[in-house]
Amino acid sequence: MAWQWFHRLGSPRWFYEKTQAWLPWLTAITLVLLVVGSIWGLAFAPADAKQGNSYRIIYIHVPAAFLALAGYYIMAISGAIGLIWKMKLPYMVMKSAAPIGAALTFVSLVTGSIWGKPTWGTWWEWDARITSMLILFFLYLGIMALQQAFHSRDTGDKASAILALVGTVNIPIIYKSVDWWYTLHQPATIKFVGESSIHPSMLYPLLIMVIAFYCFYALALLLYTRAEILRRESRTQWVNELVARQAGSVNHDIPVKGGSAV
Amino acid sequence: MTEVTVPGSAGGSATTFSMFWATLRRDLLLAIRNRAEMVNPLVFFLIAITMIPLGVSPETKTLAAIAPGLIWVMALLATLLSLDGLFRSDFEDGSLEQMLISPQPLYFTVLAKVMVHWLVTGLPLTLMSPLLGVMLALPSGGYGPLCITLLLGTASMSLIGAVGAALTVALRKGGLLLSLIVMPLYVPVLIFGASAVHNAVLGSVINSQIAVLGAFLALAIVLAPLAAAGALRVSSDG
Amino acid sequence: MTESPLTLPEAFSPPSTPLLELRQVSCERDERQLFTRLNLSAYPGDVIQIVGPNGSGKTTLLRALAGINKDYTGEVLWQGHPVSSVAWEYAHDLLYLGHLPGIKKALSPLENLRWYAAVSGAESRSTIYAALEQVGLYGYEETPCYQLSAGQLRRVALARLYLGRARLWILDEPFTAIDKRGAAELETLFARHAEQGGVILLTSHQDLALASLKHLNLLDYQPGCPEGRPQDREGGQGDD
Repeated sequence: MAWQWFHRLGSPRWFYEKTQAWLPWLTAITLVLLVVGSIWGLAFAPADAKQGNSYRIIYIHVPAAFLALAGYYIMAISGAIGLIWKMKLPYMVMKSAAPIGAALTFVSLVTGSIWGKPTWGTWWEWDARITSMLILFFLYLGIMALQQAFHSRDTGDKASAILALVGTVNIPIIYKSVDWWYTLHQPATIKFVGESSIHPSMLYPLLIMVIAFYCFYALALLLYTRAEILRRESRTQWVNELVARQAGSVNHDIPVKGGSAV
Repeated sequence: MTEVTVPGSAGGSATTFSMFWATLRRDLLLAIRNRAEMVNPLVFFLIAITMIPLGVSPETKTLAAIAPGLIWVMALLATLLSLDGLFRSDFEDGSLEQMLISPQPLYFTVLAKVMVHWLVTGLPLTLMSPLLGVMLALPSGGYGPLCITLLLGTASMSLIGAVGAALTVALRKGGLLLSLIVMPLYVPVLIFGASAVHNAVLGSVINSQIAVLGAFLALAIVLAPLAAAGALRVSSDG
Repeated sequence: MTESPLTLPEAFSPPSTPLLELRQVSCERDERQLFTRLNLSAYPGDVIQIVGPNGSGKTTLLRALAGINKDYTGEVLWQGHPVSSVAWEYAHDLLYLGHLPGIKKALSPLENLRWYAAVSGAESRSTIYAALEQVGLYGYEETPCYQLSAGQLRRVALARLYLGRARLWILDEPFTAIDKRGAAELETLFARHAEQGGVILLTSHQDLALASLKHLNLLDYQPGCPEGRPQDREGGQGDD
């Protein structure tokens, strides 16, 4: 039975119709968590002893960085499922995950840089984490560029899935290498967000923000994927009927091409 | 390499082996017939290194400090530039189709092609690197490590780059895209290679870096041809 | 290798099993259906010419059957077994000649065919000279291919037909750039291959005069009529 469910996942239409009901819930949860987390983090959490209020950027920086990396794996796993089981939907998920992940990586880079100004006194510091993030950003860009480069969308999907998989093997190696490279050049590091050092009153809002970002990611991925489904399936009957229904409910006068056929 | 004949060639492994040799031999022959192309990465390497003193400073002290990293970066770029043609000509003339449908595993065909690529670019780059070291005033302790790390590193880079070359094989202007997707993957090799030379100049022991580079190479030999073979099957019908 | 492709295939496969069988094969590229539910049984001795207008999927079908692209749904059986389960045997018994000749211009015909023989698993290294003679390239064995004409290059590619012992030939436009005499020789070769129990699938704009010729028109397998009825292709992967 589990397998039947799994194979249904291969059907974009099933996915589109199922997720319709999730959207309002997910939107509500995301908004509530974001609002609660930001207000708590920005207004109620205590200021840091050394960094003052500037540390508060972690409430965006850290969740974005988490999701940037997790998003890469979500993208790569979708690609792998598409390659192995020859399903269409995972490719659509993969294609949608790439720009979201790249955007989050970019956000974490920018916030890291802004945070760096008061902390290190410079906009850009070749810190191990930031450098790794930058390389992750390049990996995202490569995948997106490869996907668009092919005339055939099927080929672009599969090629970028392979590249994403090669990237997953490489990411841990890259992270470890960059860490090692950093200790080599700067033995004394400024440790921030040390796992043990953060006080619970600062940590709880951070946790909420992390969960909020996960929800936001899920929401963004769903919306992107649904749009991608409609784009790719635009010539199928069910999409035509859907368009006809929606157009009909808005304005009865518009005749919909292809909608009345069959 | 003289005539390669496998007597009998009865079993599957014997034919796989003969296919591997046949591809190796053919690609070497092609490289020798197109000697002019073979020299290009080397000339690039030389010219790019020449730009450094012109752009930075001809002062020995400055050059010596940046020499290990620069030589490594330039070797990386030279490898990258030469990768574009790895599968391109086979794709364009239809030989790639024959490789894809061959009963022999594509893994070994790819491995043979990458090996030839390394023999005609990575190896000459390595052999040329001491000369460039002299030009950039590399301190005397750095020459041995430079050669050893480049020997291991260029082989890894050829293998990893083959995946990118396979992915972009059907794209007319794949060269720049190839660099874009492959360069981030070169980061670990560059870090360990360049730092090994740097440390050797400072007089520390670099066994561990060389061991790590060896491990990268071992991993790349196992995985990269597999990924490249998969990529060739996918991208060749673009 | 226990099974020798030289022996007549009738010896081990009863005539009731086709050598190659396609069941409900459909091919879709970028949401565009090229052909659907294609059925075909090719028995030893069959020469099947695939016809259809440009863009009907002839080349795609041949490439799919050769195993270059695997983007099709449905079953392809080789001697009654799914090709994926007998991939090695199938690849050994297959000869594919596409639009592109697969010839390196910097190498001589001899060097080209040597590599081909090794890659395709053909064991007949000694017959390369004979094959080149058969296609009328006697004396050109060592000439670099860039000195040959387009027709001669095509002949180097066609020499593969004389090399291997593959039973299934998949030929995409084999007559391209071949002169009249060459075409006649090729037809004779096809007839001989069919007599020996082989199967040939080919596309060609030329009318062939072979006794065992069958036609497969891809237009018969087009999805619906082109306008007005968008096919419901939902869930194509999982549930049919």
